[in-house]
Amino acid sequence: MPPRKVVTGFLLAAGSLAGSVLVRRRAARKRERIDFYADDGSMHSFAEGTPEAARLLPIAHELLGA
Amino acid sequence: MDAAQAIADLKEISPQVRDVVVLGADGGAVGSNLGEERAVARLAAGASSLIEAAEALRPGVAQLEAATLAGSVFVVRDGERLIAATTTPEPTVGLVFYDLKTCLRSIDEPPPQKPARKRAPAKSQAEDAAS
Repeated sequence: MPPRKVVTGFLLAAGSLAGSVLVRRRAARKRERIDFYADDGSMHSFAEGTPEAARLLPIAHELLGA
Repeated sequence: MDAAQAIADLKEISPQVRDVVVLGADGGAVGSNLGEERAVARLAAGASSLIEAAEALRPGVAQLEAATLAGSVFVVRDGERLIAATTTPEPTVGLVFYDLKTCLRSIDEPPPQKPARKRAPAKSQAEDAAS
């Protein structure tokens, strides 16, 4: 196989991978979530659908709905 | 710096921030950019509920973000004091936390109330005469 075709194929694959990562990241940012930051520097994230988010998100909705 | 000035500075440097309330050690609102008292009380109560619920789920929570499609709610605790803010959707999280912490720390804490000093009982005339 000519090296030019190999490079083109590689670039196409890399571009597709980068694009899918970007799309997934954007989609993840559009999901509702709760992030806790503890005193010890640890962080916990709870996406919608988890019991933690189900408890806190309604309060946030109420505050933002005003 | 007083709370009103600190909140005004916060609003100026962070356009993503909408409503802000600062709660003192007693849980009462120390300052806010909201005009109506009812709205201040509502945000203060919501912020307290969020941090209490978070503490019940994961003890030791210092700050939290509740991100929704309509915007985010941030709550930051510094000792006994607390600051809560609502923001536009998809805010710059690190920047908002930093600005809220800076705002909270720039607000002067009210001086602790000194306990009332007891007066020494007045000496009776008989004691005075004896000495």
